Amino acid sequence: MSLNRNTEATAGPSGDDCPCKDGMKPHLELDRRKLIFSAAAATAAAPLAAAPALAEKKTAPPGAVLYDVPDDPTKEMGRGVHEDNGYGTRSQFETEVRVKADRPLDATSWTYTPLAATIGNLTPSGLHFERHHGGIPTIDPARHELYVHGLVDIAKKFTIAEIKSLPSVTRRCFIECSGNTLDEWSKPTGKNVQVTHGLLSTTEWTGVPFATLARHVGLQENAAWVLAEGADAAVMTRSIPIGKLMSDALIAYGQNGEALRPEQGYPLRLILPGFEGNTQIKWLRRLQVSDRPFMTHEETAAYTDLLKDGRAKLFTLEMDAKSVITFPSGEMMLPKPGHYLIKGFAWSGRGRVYAVDVSLDGGKTWAPARLDNVPEPMSTVRFSYPWHWDGKPAILQSRCIDEAGNVQPTRSELISVRGVNSVYHYNAIQSWAVASDGSVSNVHV
Amino acid sequence: MSTFRGLCTAILFCLWPALSHAGNTDASVGTPVSSEELAKFFAIQPDGATLPPGQGTAAAGREIYAQRCAHCHGEHLEGIKEAGGPVLAGGRGSLATDRPLKSVESYWPHASTLFDYIWRTMPFDQPGSLTPDEVYALSAYILSVGKIIDDKQVLDAKTLRKVVMPNAKGFFDGSGPELDMYRINQSASPAK
Ligand code: HEC
Repeated sequence: MSLNRNTEATAGPSGDDCPCKDGMKPHLELDRRKLIFSAAAATAAAPLAAAPALAEKKTAPPGAVLYDVPDDPTKEMGRGVHEDNGYGTRSQFETEVRVKADRPLDATSWTYTPLAATIGNLTPSGLHFERHHGGIPTIDPARHELYVHGLVDIAKKFTIAEIKSLPSVTRRCFIECSGNTLDEWSKPTGKNVQVTHGLLSTTEWTGVPFATLARHVGLQENAAWVLAEGADAAVMTRSIPIGKLMSDALIAYGQNGEALRPEQGYPLRLILPGFEGNTQIKWLRRLQVSDRPFMTHEETAAYTDLLKDGRAKLFTLEMDAKSVITFPSGEMMLPKPGHYLIKGFAWSGRGRVYAVDVSLDGGKTWAPARLDNVPEPMSTVRFSYPWHWDGKPAILQSRCIDEAGNVQPTRSELISVRGVNSVYHYNAIQSWAVASDGSVSNVHV
Repeated sequence: MSTFRGLCTAILFCLWPALSHAGNTDASVGTPVSSEELAKFFAIQPDGATLPPGQGTAAAGREIYAQRCAHCHGEHLEGIKEAGGPVLAGGRGSLATDRPLKSVESYWPHASTLFDYIWRTMPFDQPGSLTPDEVYALSAYILSVGKIIDDKQVLDAKTLRKVVMPNAKGFFDGSGPELDMYRINQSASPAK
């Protein structure tokens, strides 16, 4: 962070270089930091401030192709169609990426969605957060089948073609890892919103309702829980209450208008709107219907919530009402006092977002924010709030209220009930402190 | 009139397949599978009913552990941070303290989960490569280091399901509403 700031200071507020411009996107800083490192290694003696421009010319950001930039695009014939071989790439000027957690094994690790940089409500498929426990498998859909057995009338397997032949549903919903924001229980830890809240993404999923599939196997009377199993090296397993499966679960094969991305479960993923991410089994290969839960590793040893008295909660599956301000947020810099539009996301696993409030004084007073898209069940909502910053220190907060009446708790409310060691399901109100110099940082109030 | 009725019958007849699709069961899609085909899968529930044949002891498990697990989980099951392998024993009595240590010994409610998980996905660098005998032996070793079973105990389908974990009673169903969030400070509420 300090290196980051220093670099900007060296670059100076001299104009185009100023990171304070362009909506104060932290991704510029992140990207610049990466480029600085690579460029610094290549040109050891070069002054740090000159390095970014040098490196930016050489490499295209992930997902982009580098083209020469004409001085005047109206004076030069452009590229022909299909030069991309029929699958488009993003602009070479768009640099936001997922960032990786610092973990010993990348096969059981995670990446964060750049929440402050995404546009609109949906997360581009290539920026959807990841969490895998045994790496990303490569699966040939022609050889992949979904088995459904246990307390059914006819145990069956389904090919991908058979699943696609059934009536489908397309809907938007968020997926949030229940470990999102887990470093914030005891003290402010994450430096920016990508790291504090980036295990959250929103997608338009397409798939077959489990209830539709169930007609082709028949459910027995005592069916109560279903084990969902993935075809990855973790052979990930979770027990899901049959009520959830029958109400809105999808056997999904589509993500934002195309097939699922490999890291999101290609070719099949279980979508359970509003449930913790780990239950939404990727690379789905098997559903075993039972009369009781299986007590797998991920629902006992992990993804259980340890309380102060030493007892732990099982099956806390719904994601709580939560919100976060993405602009301005940690590591950003407001160039000067003036008018700003505060922006953020709100979501709840228990239905629609009903309202979002914003506080400019650390939670003493609250005012309603504007909702920028129509709330849908178990989906994110963007909110905004016009703010005139007078240049004095301020503490910005947002709180989500869902249609069931759940209100996002303050830190002290949450901790008084859960303690600080429950790891998962942290949904307390996030505070960003704006200092008089315009710098924004993560604080606890 | 009879022609009209005939027409109605004909229309109904044509609609029939479509209507039956809208019913509650329609077993037309998918291929039925035999229990032999399903035998390639497993999931062990706490009752241990689907534990496979085989057996193992802590002594056998110690040797397999040294070769296949210790480089990630540590010689003494203490875990190796840089290798990514978590701690597998210790921490009993720590769960209600400021520094809880969650391990197989201190935290896990069911021994069935240990067998299922090791068989399913360990060793991390060679997932799915262990035989049931090896998994029984490794489970026996980990449970005996955690002083949950005697180090002479032979683990098999019968004995494993009887193992009682130290924290077996430490969990409760948290799926309901979190009523604690709705407590009102006692001093602030005069009348009951
Ligand atoms: C390459 C390193 C590696 C090796 C070798 C390895 N493990 Fe693991 N083990 C891990 C990792 C990493 C995890 C956590 C997986 C995750 O993140 O989901 C783990 C988790 C476990 C757990 C669950 C611990 C908990 O409390 O959640 C058990 C039990 C376990 N391993 C047993 C074994 C056994 C037995 C062997 C040898 C047969 C073995 N492991 C070999 C890396 C390893």
